[in-house]
Amino acid sequence: MNGLVGRAALLVSLPFIVLGIITIPVALRRGRRDWIPIAYGAVLANFLLVTAAALAMVVALVTHDFSVSYVAQVGSRETPLFYTIISLWGALEGSILFWGWVLSLYAVAVVWFNRERPGDLVPYSAMVLLAVSLFFAILLVGPANPFHVVFPVPPNGPGPNPLLQNHILMGIHPPLLYLGYVGMSVPFAFAVGAVLSGEAESNDWIRLTRNWTVASWGFLSAAIIAGMWWSYDVLGWGGYWAWDPVENASFLPWLTATAFLHSAMVQERRSMLRVWNLNLVVGTFALTILGTFLTRSGIISSVHAFTTGTIGYYFLTFIGLVLLTALAMVAGNSDRLSTRGRLDSAASRETIFLLNNLFLTAFMLTVLVGTLFPLVAEAIRGVKVSVGGPFFNRMSLPLIAALLFLMGVGPALPWKVASRADLREKLLPPISGAVVLLGIAILMGIRNPYGLLVFTFVGYSAAANLREYWIGVRARHVAQGEAWPTALVKLVGSNRRRYGGYIAHFGVFFVALGITASSSLRSEREATLKPGETVSVYGRTVRLKSMWGREEKQRSVVGATMELIENGNVRATLEPRMNFYPTSQEPVPTPDVHSGVFGDLYLSLVAFRPDGSTATIKAIYEPLLPWIWFGGGVVVFGAIVSGWPARRRRTAVPAIVASANPARDAA
Amino acid sequence: MTTSRKTKRLVIGGIVVIVGTFVYLLYGGLDKNVVYFLTPKELLAKGTRAVDVPVRLGGQIKPGTVKWNDATLDLTFTITDGTSDIAVRSRGAPPQMFRDGMGVVVEGRYLNDGVFKCTNLMVKHSNEYRPPKAGESPKEMYKTLMKGAGS
Repeated sequence: MNGLVGRAALLVSLPFIVLGIITIPVALRRGRRDWIPIAYGAVLANFLLVTAAALAMVVALVTHDFSVSYVAQVGSRETPLFYTIISLWGALEGSILFWGWVLSLYAVAVVWFNRERPGDLVPYSAMVLLAVSLFFAILLVGPANPFHVVFPVPPNGPGPNPLLQNHILMGIHPPLLYLGYVGMSVPFAFAVGAVLSGEAESNDWIRLTRNWTVASWGFLSAAIIAGMWWSYDVLGWGGYWAWDPVENASFLPWLTATAFLHSAMVQERRSMLRVWNLNLVVGTFALTILGTFLTRSGIISSVHAFTTGTIGYYFLTFIGLVLLTALAMVAGNSDRLSTRGRLDSAASRETIFLLNNLFLTAFMLTVLVGTLFPLVAEAIRGVKVSVGGPFFNRMSLPLIAALLFLMGVGPALPWKVASRADLREKLLPPISGAVVLLGIAILMGIRNPYGLLVFTFVGYSAAANLREYWIGVRARHVAQGEAWPTALVKLVGSNRRRYGGYIAHFGVFFVALGITASSSLRSEREATLKPGETVSVYGRTVRLKSMWGREEKQRSVVGATMELIENGNVRATLEPRMNFYPTSQEPVPTPDVHSGVFGDLYLSLVAFRPDGSTATIKAIYEPLLPWIWFGGGVVVFGAIVSGWPARRRRTAVPAIVASANPARDAA
Repeated sequence: MTTSRKTKRLVIGGIVVIVGTFVYLLYGGLDKNVVYFLTPKELLAKGTRAVDVPVRLGGQIKPGTVKWNDATLDLTFTITDGTSDIAVRSRGAPPQMFRDGMGVVVEGRYLNDGVFKCTNLMVKHSNEYRPPKAGESPKEMYKTLMKGAGS
């Protein structure tokens, strides 16, 4: 029954999608705008049908309907309800279904929120989103169909991959990632829509696109941080980032989207970088599809990569189509999109944004080359190679340091041209922040050059960003007599985009300090303990109290009870565990972490004697590590402040008027 | 006009220099940091070229060679591909299900003394469902553990 509903819903969605894709250009070319609602109806119908299919899958999972192939693959009667529901995205077919659902949701949202916007941009964008939906709909009725009939119906299934049913973050990280990843198709749709409707010449589409990009970017940032946190809490090695191809896949579009958020401002203010922005938007979308290809085609092995057959060819074809579209767009419009504004001075905010884009793009290319090189080497030379962490670290550290510095210089400099006095007045005072943080880094014991450099630049840039706040708040306080807190709130409200952006900067600073301190000062001990024995790391002492075992419905657990000792008293109790799942030869480590403001004590059970007489414990102390998670939260908060939709103004200037008046943009 | 053209030239020149440096670094970085994935036979065939460079060595654990001292945390075993063997030395506990004959990948360097010094040990595992064999079901592991703990 569930299988039938799901199959039928997905099949019926196909003609609706095709109807929408055909109706829009025909209606717009013939001037029949009264046909557009038909296409929008198709967008809504697609959303409802994919929702029905996704719900049918959830019902099938929850009711253990093993006649549905996907349930037979990932379901089991022993898995707790929460992990049963989230196994919707635990394997290939389900994740494609979820992807398709998120995309159909975005399409409805784009049409709904822009229903009053005049011009052809929104209909064309809806057409593009339907075209992307068509790709995923074809996958879902073809190579990634989750609703195949299984007969005879098996009595039980293996359950989800143990690594994916061991932590609550598995219910949070994937949906955030999909919202971020799939959300990048909206800017792509706007870009294609802008070119098709002729609005690419105006800068208004950039404003619209930027708002949607902020939202997707916020989701993607949150997803990357949540993924790091999951890796830290489950994999048991005390790290959070390994330049694994899958991590890189999520990071690549984040880099180009970050570049776009900055260069979009240059286009709005100065009418420059038009073609470049188009490229960034299309590139970001292509990178999300490439990332999905890398993680879903089985071409690389990792937790996220599910083995499959032909689905990789579909993705390669689709990436090819996207890139061809981009090429045609840029080539066909390059004369119309040539730069109207020009760079007045090297000492200006535009220059900093230009450098920021250069470094972010270089960063993206580094990660891309490092990720794809093993595939290319194997295909061409037939050798198996891997590109290790040293390559990525060596290449990215200078770029990261430079970017951190620019994050302070950019906000301090004015648009167009900065006078000598400006430069002195703006760029010199933050040096005090740099000195303070450099001092702190030395006191903490950081000695490696990049660690010191990161602390120095973060100190400089944090001071520069704080100073922007301080100047604004003080001006309001003095000029309008507002109380300090009111002045702060009103200041942010007066230009949420700008001050929200600075909040995101502060988040990045916290993340940078957390990563630098925890990797530079990480202290690790591994020891085999009998009950009562202790091990010390970074001045923290833990004692093994006892070993224990416990039987749970879907797994068996072996754990060690450890006590954190301070001045002879037990300060906290930690329980690093190992979870044994029947489907896996290897146990899933479940470390336990004692977090403080200044660092994490991380305990992992790595081995034990079967008779329980000893436990081998890996104890790690990582200074400032929790700042990474906190900083991630600050980044997301900044994205919310910056991107939260403004209340609609009744007297908004219609976009068509704005675009008919290019002189205004160029001024 | 002239100042703006000068600025433009300056900016373009700067971009060219930065991009050039970057491409050079990228090439050099890849050249030095590519880690080859080899089997014991391939590694030995490379002779001295394979000594003291980072390598990923893959193969099966030769039955009866695993030795682990849980007091000093020294772990030694031999990796084989059927024709050639290489002794591996590592520090730290082996993965819990480290058994004879299973596939492993070790990352590290092959040293002059003929021993592979491993810095990272990875067990090859598949996501495919495989019913547990006798003695390795969680229930049995758990029972052994509780029996030994005597509580």
